[in-house]
Amino acid sequence: MKRLVLAFSALAMVAGGAVAEPVSGGRANVVIQPEPPSLMLGLVQNGPTQMVAGNIYESLLRYDHDLNPMPSLAKSWSVSEDGKTYTFTLQDGVKWHDGTAFSAADVVFTADVFLRETHARLRASLKHVESITAPDDSTVVFQLKNPFGPFIGIFEAGTMPIVPKHIYEGTDYKKNPANNTPIGTGPFKFADWVKGSHILLTKNEAYWDEGKPYLDEIYWHVIPDANSRAVAFETGKVDVLPGGSIENFDVERISNLPNTCVTDKGWEYFGPHAFLWLNNRQGPTANKQFRQALMYAIDRNFAKEVLWNGLGNLASGPVSSSTKFYSNDVTQYDYNPDKARELVKASGYDGTPVRLLPMPYGETWLRWGEAVKQNLQEAGIKVESVATDVAGWNQKLSEWDYDIAFTYLYQYGDPALGVARTYVSTNIAKGSPWNNVGGYESTEVDNLFGEAALAVTAEERQALYNKVQSKLVDDVPVAWLLELGFPTIHRCNVKSLVNTAIGVNDGFKDAYIEK
Amino acid sequence: MKDFWTKYSRNIGGVAGIVILAIVLVVAIGAPLLFPDSPWKMVQRPFLPPMAVDGMLLGTDTLGRNVAAGVAHGARVSLLIGLISTVVALAIGIPIGATAGYFGGIVDDALMRFTEFFQTVPNFALAIVLVAIFQPSIYSIVGAISIVSWPPVARLVRGEVLSLRKREYVEAAILAGQSNSKIILTQILPNAMSPIIVLGSLMVATAILLESSLSFLGLGDPNVISWGYMIGAGRTVIRQAWWISFFPGIAILLTVLALNLIGEGLNDALNPRLARKS
Repeated sequence: MKRLVLAFSALAMVAGGAVAEPVSGGRANVVIQPEPPSLMLGLVQNGPTQMVAGNIYESLLRYDHDLNPMPSLAKSWSVSEDGKTYTFTLQDGVKWHDGTAFSAADVVFTADVFLRETHARLRASLKHVESITAPDDSTVVFQLKNPFGPFIGIFEAGTMPIVPKHIYEGTDYKKNPANNTPIGTGPFKFADWVKGSHILLTKNEAYWDEGKPYLDEIYWHVIPDANSRAVAFETGKVDVLPGGSIENFDVERISNLPNTCVTDKGWEYFGPHAFLWLNNRQGPTANKQFRQALMYAIDRNFAKEVLWNGLGNLASGPVSSSTKFYSNDVTQYDYNPDKARELVKASGYDGTPVRLLPMPYGETWLRWGEAVKQNLQEAGIKVESVATDVAGWNQKLSEWDYDIAFTYLYQYGDPALGVARTYVSTNIAKGSPWNNVGGYESTEVDNLFGEAALAVTAEERQALYNKVQSKLVDDVPVAWLLELGFPTIHRCNVKSLVNTAIGVNDGFKDAYIEK
Repeated sequence: MKDFWTKYSRNIGGVAGIVILAIVLVVAIGAPLLFPDSPWKMVQRPFLPPMAVDGMLLGTDTLGRNVAAGVAHGARVSLLIGLISTVVALAIGIPIGATAGYFGGIVDDALMRFTEFFQTVPNFALAIVLVAIFQPSIYSIVGAISIVSWPPVARLVRGEVLSLRKREYVEAAILAGQSNSKIILTQILPNAMSPIIVLGSLMVATAILLESSLSFLGLGDPNVISWGYMIGAGRTVIRQAWWISFFPGIAILLTVLALNLIGEGLNDALNPRLARKS
């Protein structure tokens, strides 16, 4: 572990110190896991699709590690005093990969027509938008019905990928043949995809940001077995292992190889937050004292050190510390089995076994399930593990057929986008494992989240989010575990790869390979 | 009985098998005394090699659980599943085989086509499907193993019955007016027991292997520790920590080997033709 920390600090020094002159050329060999179902980012937004296609498509903005907006397709932007008008000025000389000129009309089409139909998560944010207009070819204006604080955070490549109007307008989006050969404005062009083997992206010579990208090619290797992926890095077949591509138990060994650098940055926008769904409707978990007991019973530090290689942080509450408006001024639950036992007794727990549903996402999650089960049993709770596959896990959560279940969710930089959905009562509905599955209901929390999303100034929002966080942490509607740290492992001579809040997803624009 | 032991002990392999199996049995029965804590309990630092720390004879696994405790408690599960599923398989296979062999004709045809239906599907694939459908638990695993392992029993019993029912003493019993079921139970089956016992001992071995394979693939009961589960869980870290999967692997190897040796020994001891030669 010490060497891992050293590797981190070495990287920090490189990042902080003088950066060497980038060199052009070369090919990056990268693992993609699992193979994406499609690369058309406007239609499909699962993890691997975003990772590959985030380098083909672009949005108006990018975000740094602190979630501050940076120019991308928009070179500048302004927000009106009342927080209702967002004006973007676009880059000059941008061309689609097929040579057609890009203009403000593409942005209007994408946001107002295309993504409203295809992108559920963005659609929820666009509800606040009254109109999207293009006064001229290089200006786009978003007029909102009401102030919506998180709005500046939705211009990320996976959230609002700009798609070509000239290819999609008037067609059946899902059946458009161009979906197989995606056309974006990004630094890399789609070249070849052999299913089950690899995806090849080549340099966009006509890229608007002159001099970039530096790499000639990105070669994404599809390797289905976790051990083989680790071996591929060891043998030099691949140079980059994005977060989650190898088992956590392998991370330390791989990190200690020569010329290997590790970073856990590049996930700030997503803020992956692991927690246990607790069924608030029935059984022992309907009791607040029992739920609090779980927070004391679970040894989260053990999970972090043993299962996650010491990466990430203990989650103090509903909001990740990398997300905006995080507050640490909440009740702290430290590992305390004695207190947990007392609370379990006080809750009137009668010894009925609770069903624990681990996440079927590989060895780490299964072991985590076993560790938590053991923690709970030591606190005097009878636990029955339920074995399940991904489909069964989705179904059991959608049907509320569980007592305790593992999950992790992305936060998308703002509590209104990725946190509120887990706790507000308007988001309780059978049939989805991503809404308020726990069934927690509180008018106070509903109101606070509602007001906070619409408040104009950051100070107002912070005050409201502080309140809601401290209320939630007292109620323990779900049991928070860890802010997950996903290590990106790469050869040290692959430079400047992780520079933004979405890391590898749009990082190859600036990456170069030192000879 | 004494005669049987004399014959059996002539097969050294068989004796060795009994000794090994006895040790495994003692460990299985004594597991709660040897390791009173739950084998799931995280007792030490993870990834401790064997004998690195006092009391951790076989080291610790990825979560710091005692591998020795896992192997001992796993023995209970493996043996229990092996025995019960064999008994269930025999309970299905013997009546079907005996009925088919004794009555012959259309009954025989019907029952044998039914048996062949199960024989044509590969054992392991069928077991996986069954366990996956009924959710992994001890019961579904025992059920699945029994369902895939009874057809050979039925075929064996049918063959024995076919040859035995032509014997004079069976014909005498028929003439004496005994009922069919009484003839099967008191005249035929006792004389067909030897091959069934030999097959049974081998079936226990197969059942243990099947259970281990299922657990290895993550289809074991998540609430009980078993050898297959330990190997499956240790597989991903085999390069850092060989001992996590090595010791349960050895346990499976020895137990299955012991059962095979015993089967061999029983075969020698119970087969009258071999006995006459010697």
